[in-house]
Amino acid sequence: MNNPMKLVPDPFAPTIQRKSSRDGFGKALLELGERDKNVWAVSADVSESSRTHWFAEKFPARFVQVGVAEQNMASVAAGIAACGKTAFISAFGAFSPGRNFDQIRVSVCYNDVPVKIHASHTGLAVGPDGASHQMLEDVAMMRALPNMIVLVPADMEQAKKATYAAAMVKTPIYIRTSRENAPVFTTHETPFTIGKANIYRDGKDVAIFACGMQVYEALRAAEELKKENIDAAVIDMHTIKPIDRATIVSYAKKCGVLVSAEDHQIDGGLGSAIAEVLAEGWPVVLKRVGVNNSFGESGSCAELFSKYGIDAAGIAKAAKEAIHTKEVLKSYEVFP
Amino acid sequence: MTEDTKRMKLLANTIRQDIITMLTEAKSGHPAGSLGLADVFAALYFGALRHDPKKPDWPERDRFVLSNGHVCPVLYASLACAGYFPKEMLMTLRKLGSPLQGHPHRGPLPGIENSSGPLGQGISQAVGMALVAKREAHAWRVYSVMGDGEMNEGQVWEALLLAAKYKLGNLVAIIDRNNIQIDGTTDDVLPLDPLADKLRSFGWNALEIDGNDVEAVLEALNAAKTEANRPTAIIAKTVSGKGVSFMEGKFEWHGKTPNAEQAAQAIKELNDARTALEAAP
Repeated sequence: MNNPMKLVPDPFAPTIQRKSSRDGFGKALLELGERDKNVWAVSADVSESSRTHWFAEKFPARFVQVGVAEQNMASVAAGIAACGKTAFISAFGAFSPGRNFDQIRVSVCYNDVPVKIHASHTGLAVGPDGASHQMLEDVAMMRALPNMIVLVPADMEQAKKATYAAAMVKTPIYIRTSRENAPVFTTHETPFTIGKANIYRDGKDVAIFACGMQVYEALRAAEELKKENIDAAVIDMHTIKPIDRATIVSYAKKCGVLVSAEDHQIDGGLGSAIAEVLAEGWPVVLKRVGVNNSFGESGSCAELFSKYGIDAAGIAKAAKEAIHTKEVLKSYEVFP
Repeated sequence: MTEDTKRMKLLANTIRQDIITMLTEAKSGHPAGSLGLADVFAALYFGALRHDPKKPDWPERDRFVLSNGHVCPVLYASLACAGYFPKEMLMTLRKLGSPLQGHPHRGPLPGIENSSGPLGQGISQAVGMALVAKREAHAWRVYSVMGDGEMNEGQVWEALLLAAKYKLGNLVAIIDRNNIQIDGTTDDVLPLDPLADKLRSFGWNALEIDGNDVEAVLEALNAAKTEANRPTAIIAKTVSGKGVSFMEGKFEWHGKTPNAEQAAQAIKELNDARTALEAAP
């Protein structure tokens, strides 16, 4: 494990604290409200679920409740931001950015105003609510937009840092959190810089690039792979846009084979972003772990991560397949 | 006719001539709605709005939000007339590198408060601005112009509900009731009437006026200033293509520009109207 990253002493202890990344967002938003009177928050009837209610209780004069109207929410926030405010909008990913893409594109990004889009319920991690609520295409949409930054924090602590960082920059930002209580394995001291990947574990055989809850799964996968004498690096790609090209290319050179892991469609998300960097810079084998061209279904988060192969076991399996593919291609002298 | 009314009518005439000239040069764009709104814009930019063209970022300025961005020629012509930028720039409309984009882009052009084009978004942004002004007790007001066809968008009604909820007496929406949209009349495409009743039932103060009468527009804008807790909608009944006989009331001119011959005819008609106006007592 990489010490400068200041992770918790034993990330795999059964007693590890479990909190949702949406909680990290909500706590940071509350603190931002105290620090800066120009921070506003807007909710579309899900203030408790998306954790803006703490801010709303403390700062009612800077909180706007628009009702179940996500399109209006994005444009109203753009109007607020055009008056010099930093406006955070929050809802479930399926609804924002799920049904207000045009408003985010034009009112927020084309206006280039500091609206911060927070989605609290994303991916299969949403669980029992089922496929309609399991937003799996949001990163694809958001990272295609000009002026947009896309952050997918790995745990509650990192979600706080992502939220603070979002308030510091003037551009639109998308922050993707989760409702699931997940291990908090980073600490207050773990570094966080937008656009700079965190290397939690170095390795020479395969490099696993993950975001969101899949970072922890990737760390667990690396532990499993170690038992089979496979030395896997684990990199936390909390920023999908702008993507950290240098870190991707350096591990492509070092390991010659990469795995991406995310709770998102494999098309358009982190895996695609990495594939683009590799294709343009240093082509090596990449195995993408994510949801493969399907909807989710009801179940617990753990059950779904397992069924759809985006848990530690799925990532470890993908890593071995990727290494095998690399060996086969090597024998045909396709890649050096 | 007072001196002030005459001045605004002459400015509306100038705006119309500029619209014809710039659209003819651009060879694409939206003349009908732009011409129909010239009187509303004259009343706004040369009457009701508190603004300073030399200080487009003046914090105390009234905010003007164009919601139906395709009528931007009337906004560009009004801003140029007011002195936000040199009039020659109008001839760059829709050309490569010009800040006068086919639909407005906030940033490169002074006086543009919002990017727009996709309908329904401007009124929501105006609500956001009015909320800031109200919550922070600023004196500035927020004006938004929108199209009647635009009211097909569900987002508009979301915005109307929210403005009433927060009692935004500092917000005025001027609805260009010209009864045309791309595929035909609004009555045919998606009927809106009774529009004033709908708006009132949404908690708005609704005024119905002749939107081609600058005095009536100014009077309505002044009346709106007395509303403390209700947003005001001014249903401005306009004739699309107003001032150019062969364009008036014809939805075919929504998104079609005149050729050189038609433009010359339009300018001649507008010049004749100007001469008559100047001679009027």
